[in-house]
Amino acid sequence: MSTSLSGIAASNGIAFAKAFRLENPKLNVEKTTVENPEKEVSRLDAALAKSVAELEVIQQRTREQISDKEAAIFGAHLLVLSDPELIGPIKEKITNDKQNAESALKETADGFVEMFEAMDNEYMKERAADIRDVTKRVLAHLLGVSIQNPSMISEEVIIIAEDLTPSDTVQLNPQFVQGFVTEIGGRTSHSAILARTLEIPAVVGAKSLMATIENGVFVIVDGLDGKVIINPDAATISEYQVKKAQHEEQKAEWAKLKNEATVTADGQAVEIGANIGTPKDTTGVLENGGEAIGLYRTEFLYMGREEFPTEEQQYEAYASVLKAMEGKPTVVRTLDIGGDKELSYLDLPKELNPFLGLRAIRLCLEMPDMFRTQLRALLRASIHGNLKIMFPMIATLEEFRNAKALLLEEKAKLLEEGIEVSDSIEVGIMVEIPSTAVMADVFAKEVDFFSIGTNDLIQYTMAADRMNEQVSYLYQPFNPAILRLVKMVIDASHREGKWTGMCGEMAGDEIAIPILLGLGLDEFSMSASSILKARAQISKLSKADMASHTERILALGTSDEVEAYVKSIVS
Amino acid sequence: MVEKQFTITDEAGIHARPASALVGSLAKFKSDITLEHKGKKVNLKSILGVMSLGVSSGSTVTIAADGEDENEAIEQITNVMKSEGLADQ
Repeated sequence: MSTSLSGIAASNGIAFAKAFRLENPKLNVEKTTVENPEKEVSRLDAALAKSVAELEVIQQRTREQISDKEAAIFGAHLLVLSDPELIGPIKEKITNDKQNAESALKETADGFVEMFEAMDNEYMKERAADIRDVTKRVLAHLLGVSIQNPSMISEEVIIIAEDLTPSDTVQLNPQFVQGFVTEIGGRTSHSAILARTLEIPAVVGAKSLMATIENGVFVIVDGLDGKVIINPDAATISEYQVKKAQHEEQKAEWAKLKNEATVTADGQAVEIGANIGTPKDTTGVLENGGEAIGLYRTEFLYMGREEFPTEEQQYEAYASVLKAMEGKPTVVRTLDIGGDKELSYLDLPKELNPFLGLRAIRLCLEMPDMFRTQLRALLRASIHGNLKIMFPMIATLEEFRNAKALLLEEKAKLLEEGIEVSDSIEVGIMVEIPSTAVMADVFAKEVDFFSIGTNDLIQYTMAADRMNEQVSYLYQPFNPAILRLVKMVIDASHREGKWTGMCGEMAGDEIAIPILLGLGLDEFSMSASSILKARAQISKLSKADMASHTERILALGTSDEVEAYVKSIVS
Repeated sequence: MVEKQFTITDEAGIHARPASALVGSLAKFKSDITLEHKGKKVNLKSILGVMSLGVSSGSTVTIAADGEDENEAIEQITNVMKSEGLADQ
């Protein structure tokens, strides 16, 4: 009979093998009084020195086999072993209270473990495991107990453990260790992160694991859905073999697309970009084969601080993104604050309808000094890459003209100051207000590009607050009203030789993609992790074929009808 | 005694990796060095002390060094804060 356990899917993939229970040695600590505290301190020092030597080997091994980044955690462990706040109190207990080294170490370390476990931050809570890992090693040396060594495993197994310490995890040889399951831990624990780096399927947080799985039983680890199947029957095994093959095929297919252009089945190229919030996100964009940044939300630079970011701080952030993108298009949206996004240092009056109030470009035009600082920083950064500047929440042509005039004034000033500015910066707008979508033909003569922000476009078109659950049924991306507006914008841009992108949730949606392709959307901007999947989907769709359905889709009556229609043509 | 304030810009706050770099770079200094956050003060040469504060992004921390090499210590801390992307001033 097969039973199964559920946990948290920590690392993708499916593995089959017999269980190998990795158990911590019993480290029984008794509190005793010692005759010779000096001797006891030197016993502690010797155990610390042995532990340092072992950790240095593990750190080196990790650096060579995994990465410097993963090795850094052992740097932290080594620092714990020389931490004055840890070692000092231990030695005091030994010297002043004549306590034995084992209990002095355990009591002191437990104090820190409790403190970290009590913190209300998931990341900090998991640091308690680091302290346990380090002290366990020292304790084992003090007690003369050997720690089970996962690097000695020499057959295919699935590791079953209460928890895996970081030092256990790096010793797992992916040649033999097919996967692992732990009873505790979360998606951000070291072992979960390392499993993803090593590409070993893993499930963490599987309750009652140690009580359920015996050594040597056959198990399946499903790191896709967070399941562990114990003693599976033949039918279950073959079901999972199919699932594994499908997953691997898909992974291989997506990986091949990483450095490829996005091209439809009928040979039409479109661009897939990513939405980012901070310069650090750029790494993920490139790792996932992003061809552009379709939306850099600059408001994160302004949030979580106590005053406005300076021109220099902004310049550095923008320049670092542009440099990292190495000439790939990078659309930076100017500050979109106000409404529901507040800044602690900017005292804005409370509004009855914040989404319809003083926000984004309206606020920037109201506070030109703040806006000019951002524009100067952007202009200065422009020489480092392919910068495109985008104004959010444009409702009228005057707003666009006023914002662009400020940009040109700042550009002239910089050139006068002898500061270099790129000459090929495109200036575009977000289309998220129906008035702008309706006037797109007129806007298209003056802007260089459009980017459709679907979340706001939907809420303003349907007059439904997207934060209000009572009217959430009106959030309908496939409502023909939305699709008709999208078509107006795309057509208007193409008539003037301009381009249109989309940077809302909708751009990465598998139902929306065929429609948008048919409507002629030029750029799809989504979260980095969706890029390869979208590229794979687009490569199978014919743009001409999708375009031939556009007229019928736009003539449909409801969002559900559109969804059903798209499903019928793509499957 | 020298004091300096930093605003933490790393989105994960002072987490293990940059904290190790920071603490690890200070062993050579003779000065007493402290980190203060929300009224709690810890020894900046202690990784456990630094981590126990759980400093999040956007917080302001005050670092104080006291001793013969206090100026060099503050300079070192400023450099590490910048190179580790913890703070940008």
